Amino acid sequence: MRRLINQLPGKGGAFGLGVLPFLLLFLVYVLASDARLAENANDKLLPALNTIADSIHTYAFEEDKRSGNILLWTDTWASLKRLGMGLGLGATLGLLFGVAVGVVPYVRAALQPFIAALSMIPPLAMLPILFVVFGLDELSKVVLIVFGVAPVIMRDLALRVGEIPREQIIKAQTLGASTWQLVLRVVLPQMWPRLIDSVRLSLGSAWLFLIAAEAIAATEGLGYRIFLVRRYMAMDIILPYVAWITLIAFAMDYLLRLLSQRLYPWMQRSE
Amino acid sequence: MIIAVKNLWKEYGDNVVLENINLTVKEHEFVTIVGASGCGKTTFLRMLLGEETPTRGSFMLDGKPLPDEPGPDRGIVFQRYSVFPHLTVLENVMLGLEFAASPFLGKLFGTARKQAQSKAEAILNEVGLYEVRNHYASQLSGGMQQRLSIAQSVIREPRILLLDEPFGALDPGITDDMHKLILRLWDEHKMTIFMITHDIKEGFELGTRLLVFDKVRRDAQAQSAYGATITYDLPLKSVDRNVAKEVAEQTRRTEAFIQSAQLVASH
Repeated sequence: MRRLINQLPGKGGAFGLGVLPFLLLFLVYVLASDARLAENANDKLLPALNTIADSIHTYAFEEDKRSGNILLWTDTWASLKRLGMGLGLGATLGLLFGVAVGVVPYVRAALQPFIAALSMIPPLAMLPILFVVFGLDELSKVVLIVFGVAPVIMRDLALRVGEIPREQIIKAQTLGASTWQLVLRVVLPQMWPRLIDSVRLSLGSAWLFLIAAEAIAATEGLGYRIFLVRRYMAMDIILPYVAWITLIAFAMDYLLRLLSQRLYPWMQRSE
Repeated sequence: MIIAVKNLWKEYGDNVVLENINLTVKEHEFVTIVGASGCGKTTFLRMLLGEETPTRGSFMLDGKPLPDEPGPDRGIVFQRYSVFPHLTVLENVMLGLEFAASPFLGKLFGTARKQAQSKAEAILNEVGLYEVRNHYASQLSGGMQQRLSIAQSVIREPRILLLDEPFGALDPGITDDMHKLILRLWDEHKMTIFMITHDIKEGFELGTRLLVFDKVRRDAQAQSAYGATITYDLPLKSVDRNVAKEVAEQTRRTEAFIQSAQLVASH
């Protein structure tokens, strides 16, 4: 018998093992739901699968009677727009300041302590201020996401710039590079894949800030919806919405990873 | 006289690294530098690069004080990490030409690009990397990366080429080819070369002149009180084997001394 650390699952085995926890969770849910519903047919906590399927149908395929919109899609679109703008802006700021801090010692001396302090402010504590300053509209939600992700991306990228070997920076100078050329041809191109990684790691907190902002003040959005229907204990809607949010987040992460692999094949080989 | 060093000292606080260095180097010399680790070889090279400035004394390039930052007149090949992993082999070599001709984008287009490309391809041919010109630099083996790094520097036609243990991390089999390559390029492009090496044999074989950096005065109580200086300055056509042996022996002794002094200091 080989040691446990030397026993490897085959390809099919790994897949099966990966699926197993999901199946188990599903099974536990179905059993628990059946048990509760057998005791009380009006129980709302763990709705039956067909109740959930009905709700999904109502929300994803039928027009809402009051607004004429298909709610799931309006909510998804509203949330993705906010998330996309927040992440896009956060990544842009993160890249600009991160590279500037990483490359230019004067900028580093001026901004590094400030950014470090900024990143320690809990973004959710800023939310009331954002609502007061930017109003209850889209802007404050986007700003919250930016506020939450930008300092982290900045610090991460500044570190990554610092990880470029000193030899490369010296070499570029002996090839005649100015600071600007060095940034453009040596530093930035090596930061793109790192930026994508950094955004991937920020996805989780970006969703957190989005849902928090939507829960407090919004008229549409995935976070708004689940907090709205919570009033009626509508678990048949909350559960699929949570699953849907998870699926979207997972897909975004996967697509970003794919993008990074496609665009920056040199990354795989150098590390 | 391309390089003139006079009464040069380099100290970090109480720590004397180099003391009383005097040296003049003519154009197209091939200077190899050997010595125990911790004897200031790398500090000397960093001064040539412009990364460090002398504490006392003067370091002149063409009769003017050495610029205090790296520039295109002094090329460098480090032991590792001096190629750009995100660029192809061809792009790595073209980079120097692009920096020179395109201040804002650092990139050439159209005819200018074609010209730079054919120039780069010619050099790649010379160093034997033409076949892999479209591979990313990160895909190359260690020896190929060093060839690339040399080609990259040579295309800017630096007057001085600095080599910091360029072949130290390579397999012995490859080193022979690399020696031939560097000698050919040195001859063709009429560069002045400074090369640091750990391998004393290599130092004797390659250069036209060998410098030994060593500590003359040693104080076991205060290891950093005395710096290293140039103890041998040998023109290399007339050197016999006994000198090589003697240098190897003294370098070994200093190395042992530094190690034991560090050991004492750490207890």
